[in-house]
Amino acid sequence: MRSRCVLPFTREITVSLILGRQHLDRIQDTLKKNLIGSGVQNTMLIDMAGNVIVTVDNGGETRDMYSLAALAAANFGAMCSMAKIVGEDEFSLLFHKGQKENIYFSRVNDELLLINIFNNQVTLGFLRLKMAQVIEELCKVLD
Amino acid sequence: MAFINLKDRVIQAKIVYYGPGRCGKTTNLEFIYSKCREQINSEMVTVKTQGDRTLFFDFFPFDIGKIAGYDVKIQLYTVPGQVKYNSTRRLVLKGVDGVVFVADSEAERRSKNVSSLANLQENLALYNKNIFEIPLVIQYNKRDLKNQGIEVLDVETMERDLNETLKAPSFEASALDGDNVVATLKKIISLTMSSLEKELENGDWQ
Repeated sequence: MRSRCVLPFTREITVSLILGRQHLDRIQDTLKKNLIGSGVQNTMLIDMAGNVIVTVDNGGETRDMYSLAALAAANFGAMCSMAKIVGEDEFSLLFHKGQKENIYFSRVNDELLLINIFNNQVTLGFLRLKMAQVIEELCKVLD
Repeated sequence: MAFINLKDRVIQAKIVYYGPGRCGKTTNLEFIYSKCREQINSEMVTVKTQGDRTLFFDFFPFDIGKIAGYDVKIQLYTVPGQVKYNSTRRLVLKGVDGVVFVADSEAERRSKNVSSLANLQENLALYNKNIFEIPLVIQYNKRDLKNQGIEVLDVETMERDLNETLKAPSFEASALDGDNVVATLKKIISLTMSSLEKELENGDWQ
């Protein structure tokens, strides 16, 4: 029997997402302190439509974060659809390992996604611990 | 859903080129990319299948200058046109602020245009967006085919098929030659910006 793939349309948004200076400063501080301070090269908060909300780096990166955000949102959406096909709500860990650089995706809430680029000096386990803390802090700011 | 950054005074808006497979969505973006290189700060992103068809989308961000003191960054996307990639088309439509529907003028493609437009309406509805309300421009592409002796639909027929009730601004174009590609883009940017301005005026963000 074939099952129908249903995309994760969890919430309909009809108004623009608007974040003020205070919110953005707090998000930036949280990312800088917890992630860049722990050795992550780039960290970026995006929405599921692929818009860049906040991006922070360690000062030495010149990556095209707008393109990365578009691809990351699409990748995450595709992964959610794949999860549904195999009977999962979502895959909780999205991690791409390269020879030198790695990417880790985390869902913050229904609409936001946190992307981290890091090298092999940062361990995945340590990053996961940090991410749990960061997501909790971000949720407080966004509430 | 446009994203507005009050701190850095940046607006990001998403414009999607929609239409049936092989209608020329990617060619539109390739032409814009080649003509407006100085306003585009990144490489054009394309995710293609083996047969060179768009699998996910083509994408690039495009700076159009300032509106009301805000830097406006337009994110241009295409969708995969092939029928089987509907779930991907839905993903790309998420948060869309404006749509260019690219119709194929080749006579044989008449029914494909109609079903693709119906598919757009259906997919927009999933995000609570109404095709009659969203900024929309229709482009009748591949007008150059008649020079090669290929039968093309006359514009009146295409208007009747696709735009009789929508009454969207429409352009005859050839994405391959670049005819009216920039005019189409300018029109959708202007409609999208007016729509966002209205949304901002009505909002309490100021």
